[in-house]
Amino acid sequence: MTHNQMDDMINAIVERVAMELSKGASAPEEKKEGASTFDINKVEKKDLSSGSSVQSAGSSPADGTDDGELIDITSPEVKAIPTLKHCEDPEGLERMMRSTPARIGVGNCGARLRTQTMLTLRADHAAARDAVFRDVDQSVLDRLGLFTIETKCSDKTQFLTRPDLGRQFDDAVISELKSKCVMNPDVQIYASDGLSSTAITANLENILPVIIDGLKAKGLKVGTPFFVKNGRVAAMDQISEALGATVTCVLIGERPGLATAESMSAYIAYKATVGMPEARRTVVSNIHSKGIPAVEAGAYIVDVIEMMLEAKASGVDLKK
Amino acid sequence: MSEKSTILSVGIDIGTSTTQVIFSQLTFKNSAGYFAVPHIEIADKNVVYKSDIYITPLKDRVMIDGEKVRQIVAGEFSKAGFGPGDTQTGAVIITGESARKENSEIVLNELSDFAGEFVVSTAGPDLESIIAGKGSGAAAYSKENQCTVVNLDIGGGTTNAVLFDCGEVIAKGCLDIGGRLIKVDPDMKVTYVSDSVKRIASHEGLKVQVGEGADYQVIGSICRKMAELLYDWLNHRSSPLLESILTPGSSPFDFDKPIRAICFSGGVADCIYTHQDGPWNRFGDMGILLGDAIRQSRLWSDYRVMEAVETIRATVVGAGSYTTSVSGSTITYDRDVFPLKNIPVLKLTAEEQEHCFADDREWFREKLRWMLEQSDSDSLIVAMKGKQNPSYTELRRMAACLTSVMDEALPPGIPLIIVLEYDMAKALGQVMNRLLEGRRDVICVDSIQVDQNDFVDMGKPLVDGLVIPVVVKTLIFG
Repeated sequence: MTHNQMDDMINAIVERVAMELSKGASAPEEKKEGASTFDINKVEKKDLSSGSSVQSAGSSPADGTDDGELIDITSPEVKAIPTLKHCEDPEGLERMMRSTPARIGVGNCGARLRTQTMLTLRADHAAARDAVFRDVDQSVLDRLGLFTIETKCSDKTQFLTRPDLGRQFDDAVISELKSKCVMNPDVQIYASDGLSSTAITANLENILPVIIDGLKAKGLKVGTPFFVKNGRVAAMDQISEALGATVTCVLIGERPGLATAESMSAYIAYKATVGMPEARRTVVSNIHSKGIPAVEAGAYIVDVIEMMLEAKASGVDLKK
Repeated sequence: MSEKSTILSVGIDIGTSTTQVIFSQLTFKNSAGYFAVPHIEIADKNVVYKSDIYITPLKDRVMIDGEKVRQIVAGEFSKAGFGPGDTQTGAVIITGESARKENSEIVLNELSDFAGEFVVSTAGPDLESIIAGKGSGAAAYSKENQCTVVNLDIGGGTTNAVLFDCGEVIAKGCLDIGGRLIKVDPDMKVTYVSDSVKRIASHEGLKVQVGEGADYQVIGSICRKMAELLYDWLNHRSSPLLESILTPGSSPFDFDKPIRAICFSGGVADCIYTHQDGPWNRFGDMGILLGDAIRQSRLWSDYRVMEAVETIRATVVGAGSYTTSVSGSTITYDRDVFPLKNIPVLKLTAEEQEHCFADDREWFREKLRWMLEQSDSDSLIVAMKGKQNPSYTELRRMAACLTSVMDEALPPGIPLIIVLEYDMAKALGQVMNRLLEGRRDVICVDSIQVDQNDFVDMGKPLVDGLVIPVVVKTLIFG
């Protein structure tokens, strides 16, 4: 299912729920049940009021006390509250919910999901879309002193539709890169937005300096770090060739899911060349606050790179 | 690259009445996928040898005969086909009335040749309760079925109780109720009566006296009262009598969750699960009657009764298989300086660790000085929870604080050892190493929970040096 189809479907369902609520058919029951299950009554009230059509058309009296302060339905605290009713073992359910980010314990309303579940799903989906379409926070790049180069993609739409262009640079960009960077480093590290700018904004400051400091402490020549906009993983191959790097490491945002939009990976290759097999890349994935913490991943990457330089290999060859 | 390591662990349990030895093989394995940061776990615990059950050799009522214990252990090592150097980890646990400092010294001296590189000696009623509950399978059952399970390890002198909730210990305690509190010779004469039995008997208006004939009815009544007391204990029904038979030095058995299932281990458990035929005094004690009384009590009818994986061997299997844990898989150490033994812990609370994250050296210097004065050991572990996702700035401040203060306070040559709960040890260790410029070793491990007053052993690195096995000793002769 494409994103658009998904969006349309969600829209249709939300509209239908809103319409039924306004007719007052299942509305009173729905509201009453909701209010009795929720530990935080406020959440339910404000959550419903955030879908304005529901509130204005609904049978409940207009509530003037809700000024401003909206509850974030995507926050871990709100998501942790089960909306499933008449649960045999509530404590067991909460335990299961704690062990997975999957949307369990949400219950249902007839054949459909509950309004709250639907809205949360949409909000998470919106966050995922934002992660793809937004740019990396410039202040983060400034604080780290990174300059930016762009691939052949002119904008995000082209980046998404033409993966090949996200792996290539214009000659002018390559010469700019060569003029600004230390040539022939032992290790060239750079960051790239990939499919989640949010991931870079969230993690880069806590991982890039860890890796650079760690490698320098081992007496290695570390290249000039920079940022690549609209970059795919394999853009590292052209960069590696241009700068004559022994090991190249890109810190790149991963395709966001509905559980987190902040997941970053490091792809690392020994003497990467354009057109080389993907199996030559080593990847350290799942770098985010709920996965492997950025600083710890950075420290691990330092050791991985050292191992690569020793073995003169990366990817599957390194594991042999 | 090997993804698997196995080590041999020995468990030796020297109890009030029996002494046992087991060997078990612990398999450490990388459970993370190909593209992920490694995650090493103890994948398998396999008991490969179980010894006979010996009567604990005693010189008098409580002092262990070290020489004879040594003979038992030596005999079992050779029967099992292992040499003294073959075991890499394990535990000697001295329990019940023999759990005294003098005994521990005797045993340590006598068994030091067999200790391999990494065997510990430890005891105390609380720890025994937990170890028995793990060995009996109660902990695993509680985790698997996501419920509360109480394990009653009923031995010769004491009943060690532990309550697990989803595999976690939530309460532990110990009562002076056991199968050998009245000893009876083959001529049906009472040869020993414990203090706790005397108290129960006088409360019930019954009489049991050494040298007199053993009355089936009287001893049966005492056993029924014991079962009732155990039931009261699990149901928060306190009484002066119950208070009077709590084992000294044990924790109060407090909890606020309903018990779903019950499991019995220890020597008496075999008499509970099935009635033992033959004369009731055939073991020379009241064990069979106590077992029958418990099977006929509400302990048996009120709860779901789970089948124990180990009964009389629960404690020794627990000691051999469950005392070793494994560090996180991204850690820092420079050289193989292991094994390290009996290192005391300085634990910083969640508030206290903020001083370190803020690089408050004055505060930390004072804390460290206090700890070094308290302990007679040169080395120590600084332990804290850490943070789930620390920033690099916080990490550097923490490293600077720890390094400068510890480097200044500890005698030369002593490594800086840090133990954390959250996954951040490799990052912290790397920064500390840079700051020290090789003046000292840094050992920084995570995914290990320790508390103030704990002692820690660290074994030789495993699985390509990714992890180290760790034994946390919660109570040494408490």
